[in-house]
Amino acid sequence: MLKFLYITLCLFILACININPASAGNRDILLATTTSVDSSGLLKHLLSKVKKQTNLKVKVVVRGTGAVLNLGIRGDVDIVLTHDRKSEDAFIKNNHGSIIKDVMSSHYMIVGPDNDPANIAELLNVSTAFNRIANTNTLFLSRGDNSGTHKTEMFFWTKSSIDPKLWSGKWYRETGSGMGATLNMASVLGAYLITESGSWFSFGNRGKLTILIDKIAPNPYRIILINPAKHSHILVNDSLKFINWLTGPIGQNIIDNYEVKGHRPYSSASKIKAIVK
Amino acid sequence: MADFADGLSHAIKLIIGFDKDLIAIIGMSLKVSISSVLISCIIGFPIGASLALSRFKGRNFLLVLLNSFMGLPPVVVGLIVFLLLSRTGPFGVLGLLFTPTAMIIAQTILITPIIAALTRQTIEDLWNEYREYLKSLDSKIIDTIRTLLWDARFSLVIIVLAGFGRAIAEVGAVMIVGGNIDNITRVMTTAIALETSKGNLSIALGLGITLLLIAFTVNGVSQFISSVLSKRTML
Amino acid sequence: MTKQETILPLEVKKLGYQVGNKNLIQDLNFSLVSGKKTVLLGPNGAGKSLTLRLCHGLLKPTNGSINWGNPVIKNINRIRHHQLMVFQRPVLLRRSVKSNIEHALKLRRVPLNERKSRATFALSKSGLEPLENFPARSLSGGEQQRLALARAWSIMPQVLFLDEPTNNLDPAAVRSVESLITSFHNSGTKIIMTTHDLAQAKRIADEVLFIHNGKLLEQTKADIFFYKPRSPEGQAFINGELLC
Repeated sequence: MLKFLYITLCLFILACININPASAGNRDILLATTTSVDSSGLLKHLLSKVKKQTNLKVKVVVRGTGAVLNLGIRGDVDIVLTHDRKSEDAFIKNNHGSIIKDVMSSHYMIVGPDNDPANIAELLNVSTAFNRIANTNTLFLSRGDNSGTHKTEMFFWTKSSIDPKLWSGKWYRETGSGMGATLNMASVLGAYLITESGSWFSFGNRGKLTILIDKIAPNPYRIILINPAKHSHILVNDSLKFINWLTGPIGQNIIDNYEVKGHRPYSSASKIKAIVK
Repeated sequence: MADFADGLSHAIKLIIGFDKDLIAIIGMSLKVSISSVLISCIIGFPIGASLALSRFKGRNFLLVLLNSFMGLPPVVVGLIVFLLLSRTGPFGVLGLLFTPTAMIIAQTILITPIIAALTRQTIEDLWNEYREYLKSLDSKIIDTIRTLLWDARFSLVIIVLAGFGRAIAEVGAVMIVGGNIDNITRVMTTAIALETSKGNLSIALGLGITLLLIAFTVNGVSQFISSVLSKRTML
Repeated sequence: MTKQETILPLEVKKLGYQVGNKNLIQDLNFSLVSGKKTVLLGPNGAGKSLTLRLCHGLLKPTNGSINWGNPVIKNINRIRHHQLMVFQRPVLLRRSVKSNIEHALKLRRVPLNERKSRATFALSKSGLEPLENFPARSLSGGEQQRLALARAWSIMPQVLFLDEPTNNLDPAAVRSVESLITSFHNSGTKIIMTTHDLAQAKRIADEVLFIHNGKLLEQTKADIFFYKPRSPEGQAFINGELLC
């Protein structure tokens, strides 16, 4: 009886250890990106389309911007997709990436409680809005985590000549958390915050939160191929295939037409270029 | 209360509907946690039993160390395993990061101290009872270990369940080393964390309730098996 | 067993056991041979159990020597292999009655088929056959001790140590245990037993080692000891006066 149990156990373990889908030779591409692209559902949509059309399988790891770029530096992923221009430029400068391309843009917005205690709805000037929030001591949540969203937020505080950290812990709260967690908190506390269109339109727990000032700044995304000279295991061919598909007419079209809960949070890079021209 | 009602109805819909994604996630949770527990037992039982029987200088220090490792924070273990398996790390060439194997490694590191420490205590108590008799029989160490492990079997089942409970419920380690990749390394706990961060609270709650049901089922099945086995020796 | 295989005689010289500053046993000298049932007799706390454990090798003496065989056997494994002890409270594994016996045989490296037949024989000898599949720990006190003896029977050691084996047993159980002990003796096993029960010693002993306060006061043939012991303490003991 015992021997039977023992053998069954060993077989089970062997079976489980073989649950890795691909052996070392036949690896799928690994893409690291930030939560905003994932939580909006755009990624899942894109990946299913690219699989159907090119048979490319892409595995996605989702982290904060800093961690994403760190994975790129280590060579733990083949491609990164981020939305932090300064960090991306430094990344390229340090030769961690060999190819970089514009992909798309979402936009930032200010959301807050629908009763709008600081009275900022539809103001054209963010500085005015921020001053009103500071003067009325209304609750404002910051990501506080050096993410793209956080850096954009700090840019606007500087422009408004306000240092919100002086009131940290009072009406200005730094959550040190991701977009989702911060939105959850804002929803419960009825606070103002800056968020981004991809995250916002897919967020399921809005409570009394609503958009108060839309399109305060663009949020451009770029895709980078990790430098194969630094990491010999990078799947260059497959990765390039994916990058070209994404930045080519088919990928860009899908991005433009992607809808979540009746809204289109993203504009493709090619569309933006066309408008600029 | 509306949240909980929503969560409950979501849970029921998910379970009854045999949602394909859910089945895959549950399957991965079970595979990872059960594998980790089994490997932890293979390592932990002999270590625990040997420690119970041995007396040497520095033993007390080792016991304190082992007992402290029971409380290893999952995120810390996850981070360490990540650094070990990363391409720039010592085992990077194996390419194990972001695979279920990495998750099993991390969870095994988390659970083995629990299994070993609890086994040590159980076996030591039992050995105090059996010591003179086994010595009288001139039992060799390996025979003593086998005798004690078998006689402690009912306590060991509880220890295994404790290890399993820790594994299936943890999210920190598997998130870091597994990456929560859809269809590949997504487990129940990381799925719940994801849905929560997306604000889909009732889905998250539904998944949470499902996870509780699974833990309940596993414990129930173990209880049933052990009572059947114990009845057999009664007849 | 032949004269060459036996581990007897047992020669104990200047045996002592010290814990801290206290001498629990001091300067014991005696020699035991086969063919006689030896009973270590004395009041509670005299040091009888301790002496037994020292002889069996469960404890290491602080002074003196314990030698088996003539010529002295150097191979400890051989010595251990031919001895067994039955304890005051039987140590039974969390298994069935039959399993307990088979386990002991397994540890003695008896092959599988032989194990089963020896276990069955031992069970019938001790009258425990109807209980063979019961969990051993669910047996009564007397049945448990009979199981311990059945276990010993299946192994058939040359020397069987028994430490107050019928303490806390009812008279019927005491009788059945004592009859098993006699069976052991009749099949050639050397019995070395401790007891503080005078009546039991009278029933069983062929020779008496009278121990008091950690010292061996006399080693005497049983019928002489119970008639007229050589030591005054021995006399006091059989008069029921010496309690500790």
